Amino acid sequence: MAFDKIDITFKEKLILESNDQLDKCEIAYETYGKLNKNKSNVILVCHALTGDQFCSGVHPSTNKKGWWDILVGPGKVIDTNFFFVICSNVIGGCQGSTGPSSINPKNGKQYNLDFPVITIKDMVEAQVRLIDALGIEKLFAVIGGSMGGMQALVWGALFKNRVNAIVPIATSYRHSAQNIAFHEIGRQSIMADPNWNKGLYNEFNVKPSRGLAVARMIAHITYLSEYGLQKKFGRNLQFSSSLSYRFDIDFQIESYLKYQGRTFVDRFDANSYLYITKAMDYFDLSNRRGGLSNLFKNNDATFCFFSFTSDWLFPTAETKTIIKSLNSSAASVSFVEIKTDNGHDSFLLKEPEFHKILKGFLSGLTKKLGL
Amino acid sequence: MSLRNDLKIISEFIEENEKILDVGCGEGDLIDFLSKKSVDCRGIELSQKGVNKCVEKGLTVIQGDANSDLQDYPNDVFTTVILSQTIHAMSSPEAVINDLIRIGKRAIISFPNFAYWKIRLDLLLKGRMPKNDILPYEWYNTPNIHLCSISDFEHFCKQKKLKIIKKVLISELGYKINSSFSENLMAYQGVYCISKR
Repeated sequence: MAFDKIDITFKEKLILESNDQLDKCEIAYETYGKLNKNKSNVILVCHALTGDQFCSGVHPSTNKKGWWDILVGPGKVIDTNFFFVICSNVIGGCQGSTGPSSINPKNGKQYNLDFPVITIKDMVEAQVRLIDALGIEKLFAVIGGSMGGMQALVWGALFKNRVNAIVPIATSYRHSAQNIAFHEIGRQSIMADPNWNKGLYNEFNVKPSRGLAVARMIAHITYLSEYGLQKKFGRNLQFSSSLSYRFDIDFQIESYLKYQGRTFVDRFDANSYLYITKAMDYFDLSNRRGGLSNLFKNNDATFCFFSFTSDWLFPTAETKTIIKSLNSSAASVSFVEIKTDNGHDSFLLKEPEFHKILKGFLSGLTKKLGL
Repeated sequence: MSLRNDLKIISEFIEENEKILDVGCGEGDLIDFLSKKSVDCRGIELSQKGVNKCVEKGLTVIQGDANSDLQDYPNDVFTTVILSQTIHAMSSPEAVINDLIRIGKRAIISFPNFAYWKIRLDLLLKGRMPKNDILPYEWYNTPNIHLCSISDFEHFCKQKKLKIIKKVLISELGYKINSSFSENLMAYQGVYCISKR
């Protein structure tokens, strides 16, 4: 299908953090709402690992609701009657932005594993160029959850003059050892699939679907909480009232995870999954320019952090570490922890308190900035 | 919205364009009020419920503990740091006060006067731990572990060589009391603005 795209390398190539470069790089993006006269009502929404640019409305290829439709749209928390929302697919992604399944201009073939390893900062550099191309000087806010929150933090740390407010949700300043471990299992699972063919699966017209599905199943567990899983599925059986004494599906949780894996492979590219998980694993703001506190010195942006009590992938303690360093630079920072059983996924779900507070924050800032 | 008595007095101390930190800001009544007077306000609050309420109102507030988290802030970043009706619940009031006047050019502290005549009478006649509107707890569940009197506080300032820039004493009904020889007996609570000498 065709996506709205901008070539962000029409002026100059994109130099990556690895010192590698992309001579041609396109960004696929969607916008919602109307840009005001002063171009001061722009909110950049950053998607998480498996998200895409379709955060609101109906996704054109899955026909499902956009991944943040619950929050973004006319009259919603991120109100597109008022704000102009931009959401772009990250580089390395598979929904139209340049990634491993794009064509390498050097040889006319798909990059596959020849695609350079990208970082969260590279993703943000690409977004900055997109904003430049759209003629927007300063964003009202950058908002994102999980990997989207990492991007928001990079905006706040490295592009602070281009944004008024940073809203990192369920995220951290670095990927923890445990998070890297889960990602590595996912990558190993993809690479162990015989269909993966060292990343050249497209040339063989096959897909490493089983490996990718398992990667998704593992990851999906980390997005939920133990209590939430127990409450939702318990030990309930899927089909019958007795155990099958076979290796078919017995429990509802098995069926649920299988479904999550199956539906994921239809919409996501395995190599993209490798690249984006790697980008997250490489993320660590604390090893830049003399540590976290130095990074946020003389920062006029307003920060508003959200974490969720049952999120064990990005626990509250991680957020508190950033708050500590923001305090040491006396930055304007709010921090809210939401009580919920929904785990890491809470940022995508119906969490009335989270939504109410985010709305309050945005309207407070709107007044403060005289929008 | 009507502000608590001591908060009314504190708000009169704050001028336009100040940058303030309200330590233990509760649900943000004071900073909400001051924000409308073009004061740049921040808050720290121990209870997550209070924090969430504040941020929902559009206020800049984080969850934190004044006992430990004030240490993170650099020197002199605020014009005024406020600690209202909280000092007596701190584990180390002295350390907290030092932090207040370190991170702010001045600090405003309000506290209940434990030498108020009714409190004295309670103890004297009933022989029971005193309770009132601003000290509503029982001895076994009170968070107020470092209560002091007006005299105690002034003695502390003198001893630690802190400058009392301004003070206002409030009666039980919320009126300002003119300083007099009997202030330690008559004041229900005190509001002090202090700084390093």
